[in-house]
Amino acid sequence: MKHIKTMNKANLKESAQKGGCGKCQASCQSACKTSCTVANQKCER
Amino acid sequence: MIHKYKLGGFNIVLDVNSGGVHVVDDLTYDMLDNVEPPFEEECPEKIVEKLSRFYEKDEIMSCYDEIVELYNDKILFSEDDYEKYAKYSIASPVKAMCLNIAHDCNLRCKYCFASTGDFGKGRKLMTLETGKNAIDFLLENSGDRQNLELDFFGGEPLMNFDVVKQIVEYARSREGEFGKKFRFTITTNGLLLDDDKIDFINKEMSNVVLSIDGRKEVNDYMRLRVDGTGCYDRILPKFKKLVAQRGDKEYYVRGTFTKYNLDFSEDVFSLYNEGFDQISVEPVVGDSSEEYALTEKEIPAVFAEYEKLARRIINNEKQGGKFNFFHFMLDLDQGPCAIKRLRGCGCGNDYVAITPDGDIYPCHQFVGIEEYKMGNIDEGTFNLEMKKEFANAHVYSKPECRKCWAKFYCSGGCNANNYQYMGDIHKAHKISCELEKKRLEVAIMMKAVRAFGEQE
Ligand code: SF4
Ligand code: SF4
Repeated sequence: MKHIKTMNKANLKESAQKGGCGKCQASCQSACKTSCTVANQKCER
Repeated sequence: MIHKYKLGGFNIVLDVNSGGVHVVDDLTYDMLDNVEPPFEEECPEKIVEKLSRFYEKDEIMSCYDEIVELYNDKILFSEDDYEKYAKYSIASPVKAMCLNIAHDCNLRCKYCFASTGDFGKGRKLMTLETGKNAIDFLLENSGDRQNLELDFFGGEPLMNFDVVKQIVEYARSREGEFGKKFRFTITTNGLLLDDDKIDFINKEMSNVVLSIDGRKEVNDYMRLRVDGTGCYDRILPKFKKLVAQRGDKEYYVRGTFTKYNLDFSEDVFSLYNEGFDQISVEPVVGDSSEEYALTEKEIPAVFAEYEKLARRIINNEKQGGKFNFFHFMLDLDQGPCAIKRLRGCGCGNDYVAITPDGDIYPCHQFVGIEEYKMGNIDEGTFNLEMKKEFANAHVYSKPECRKCWAKFYCSGGCNANNYQYMGDIHKAHKISCELEKKRLEVAIMMKAVRAFGEQE
């Protein structure tokens, strides 16, 4: 494509279909606790 | 829904519902102000006319085709059809726990949300018995979840370290019979670290969070010992030692920035220059009436500093340096599934916090708020109605989040913040949101720089 460059391959739509297993780490979105912010976590399946 | 912005010389377009991230030229950026589904075979005449003042007609036509192609591939203007998944995790088991092992602290940090460690409730240490009950609770209430997470928190957990050790030992002795695996983490201010504790932490804890604010003068202004002196010189060598012996296991040095150090990129680089490569420096959480608090007035300065930090990190990478800044870490390709993203933290649902008295709260930040007490570990009580209330707090039940472009990255923010600032776990706290969105924009821009090189 000439005008648009897409940076990622993943698609959330597909992830929803096979997701929800709950294996991944719990996360805390708060600034007070550096456990994990959702968007930087990895899927563990 | 799409979100577009210009930063670092890039035009960036996010397709919210598919997670698609696109870097586009000026023409596309402008055209996206004028088009939306349903699309036509060819670019409509009136749009051509409007844009042809600045762009060639051929270009306009081909740009329109590209937009339509992405739309057909469902990575631009894609539909939001996740709401049906929101009910899925309602019955989810408890799999993570924060043990407030000591409601006591040997520091008197000025910004502490736990009121110098005791959460306003008196100094207290957890007994081994309560700790064991907590482990049993987790083993019995975690259903089919195999990975269990246990975070030793406080106050300062090293003030009750013998109990920490015995709880770890107890948990390890029982995980096999339940077919589970514990992951332990600990957060410490470092004062009491010695060789034994360092060995134990490096052996047993899958992550360790080391609290230090950055530059010595910044740290020592807020993080005070009981006698009023700063703690920097005491803790830095211990943290270095721990990290040096840790191998490739996870850790973070973690600082807080306040109104007093709006130039916090200096603190990030100070930590980096001391040899740390996993760094988190985060905005203070606290009442807006506090002197140190970040208010709306500080937002422009914080935004500018995040951009500056990004530039410094990129420059550092060009010179071969490398470290992770926690709040800019973003995995565009292997991040969690959409379902997980509907309610980031499992607070009060798959995650709970336990006090030294055995009281159960939705998370460490709710501790001490009486109306949110969920039960007691020693008494065997647990309020399932309240669990349901938290399970139902997701991006579709929070009005601002529903229409927010950042919802699948931020996952609805922090319930505790919402409660503390807004009086309702469903009401987003504006300043937190502004900062979260800015960090995301910057983090994505940095990905673009890494992929396509610098534009400015
Ligand atoms: S908490 Fe704020 S930034 Fe996060 S999804 Fe909700 S509205 Fe958006
Ligand atoms: S409510 Fe806030 S502090 Fe509590 S676990 Fe969730 S994100 Fe973290």
